[in-house]
Amino acid sequence: MGSLTKDKFLFWLYTFFVLLILGFAIFAPWLAPYDPYDAVMRQSLQAPSDDHLFGTDKLGRDCLSRIIYGARTSLMMTLSLVAVITVVGTFIGVLAGYMGGKVDTVLMRIVDMMLAFPGIVLAIAIAGMLGGNIVNAILALAAVSWTKYARLGRSLTLKLRQRDFIAAAVTNGSRPLHILWRHILPNILPTIVVTAAMDIGTMIMELAGLSFLGFGAQPPTPEWGLMLNEGRQHIQTAPWLMLYPGAAILIVVTIFNLWGDSLRDIMDPQRAN
Amino acid sequence: MKGKELVHRLMQMLITLFGVSLLTFSLMYLSPGDPVEMLLEVADTIVSEETIAETRAQLGLDKPFHVQYFRWFAGVLQGDMGMSYSAKMPVADRLWQSLPGTMVLAASATVTMLLISLPCGILSAVYRNRPLDYLIRGISFLGVSMPSFWVGLILLYVLGLKLRLFPIAGGEVSFDRMVLPTLTLAIAMAAKYTRQVRTAVLEELGQEYITGARIRGFPMHKILWRHVLPNACLPLITLLGLQIGWLLGGVAVIEMVFSWPGLGKMAVHAIEMRDYPLVQGFVLWIAVLYMGINLLVDISYTYLDPRLKKGGC
Repeated sequence: MGSLTKDKFLFWLYTFFVLLILGFAIFAPWLAPYDPYDAVMRQSLQAPSDDHLFGTDKLGRDCLSRIIYGARTSLMMTLSLVAVITVVGTFIGVLAGYMGGKVDTVLMRIVDMMLAFPGIVLAIAIAGMLGGNIVNAILALAAVSWTKYARLGRSLTLKLRQRDFIAAAVTNGSRPLHILWRHILPNILPTIVVTAAMDIGTMIMELAGLSFLGFGAQPPTPEWGLMLNEGRQHIQTAPWLMLYPGAAILIVVTIFNLWGDSLRDIMDPQRAN
Repeated sequence: MKGKELVHRLMQMLITLFGVSLLTFSLMYLSPGDPVEMLLEVADTIVSEETIAETRAQLGLDKPFHVQYFRWFAGVLQGDMGMSYSAKMPVADRLWQSLPGTMVLAASATVTMLLISLPCGILSAVYRNRPLDYLIRGISFLGVSMPSFWVGLILLYVLGLKLRLFPIAGGEVSFDRMVLPTLTLAIAMAAKYTRQVRTAVLEELGQEYITGARIRGFPMHKILWRHVLPNACLPLITLLGLQIGWLLGGVAVIEMVFSWPGLGKMAVHAIEMRDYPLVQGFVLWIAVLYMGINLLVDISYTYLDPRLKKGGC
């Protein structure tokens, strides 16, 4: 059996799991047994049982329901973050690579500056300073993560610019925008998409980390990092509060990482080991 | 690295510091929440408008943005980073207080990480595509997908609360309190680094001179120690520098989990208190630390790679 066939099989298998997670997020209202915001104080901090499979938190809210809704929060945050950094980063990179000259120098100096600094530290400072909420957490991570795509987009564009078909388009009198849109972008898109897919797992974790610190999602939003933070205070009496949200992150991140890797393998069989 | 190059690098570092501090400064300027009110709220009394205005003028917060920024920057160049609102002491002193905690933790985590990932990565590469390799790769894959703060909470629960091997709450810097945060950080870093060690060693093992040495009958362990590891060393040092960059951020989260008295915990509190000068100082410190480490990495190249020593580059 060729390794590409195997890679394709794995890719579709992981795609199935990814769709399953997306399904959980989309159909949360139908899948969750309880309302994730519904506080029943009499049922505070109950251990996992038949009624509440994953137990209840301090306010008596059902943990399973909150984890299912948490998939919604996490995926919505992560996908918007990845979309923003991919589009903005690639745009800047392609522009710098194609224009060259001063534009290139200035943009790349900014990128170098950002890369010469541990991003997550800056993200914590930015998110905290802007005030903890979901949008600011996304902005903070976007501000420190777009550079990777700018670098990538630039180097891919530089490579393409040497090619004959671009020279042909230029001699034909195509406008720069047309060349960028019709010739450059379609050729660099696969690499960008694969990189973005492989980034999803990391971004889920970093967003959860910001929420854990209190600089992301705010109560009562069901979000895994925030749930871990709330569960931390009851670690002695209610360990299930920190076990399940963390396990949810682990499973979802693992699936997205596997999916990203397998996508790379089928798009670029040479790089697969 | 030659003198001229070094000067160039230092200049670049200064420009980066300038840019990063300008960015954080503007964010603080634009951010909601008033540090003056936060400062006076601590006293828990009702404050009049005049007091607020007075304090604001005292702290120089009524001046326009560029005046505030350049006043601050000029201070930094003279070694004065301003006063921390929340700690009521100079920012530099507050940073010095928290620095040892973080440095000790970062150092011990890095050493532990190397002790885990060097042997694992080398074994994984040597026994490529055999059960041991799959096992190590599987574990490191899981490790990469686990949020470090969750690993910390699990360790805290199992080793601290259930088995009672280590004290759970931080407070001061001591060996037994350091074990759990060290382990947590080391696990998170080792997961990534083991893969990188494996790749670097595999790359070297694939070289033709290795095949030649094996054909001539050199034992594998000799080839490994004499040829593969010294050559794999260079990329691994660069990657180690990157890992330490991650560590400086990761340490903030882990210090919160274990209430470890370090820079990270201090920074999170400073952000919550809107203690702008302290946050600024923290970001600047981390930038200096990180860039310093990367500079050391590059300088170490000159000594480790004889090709660079001769001045070919």
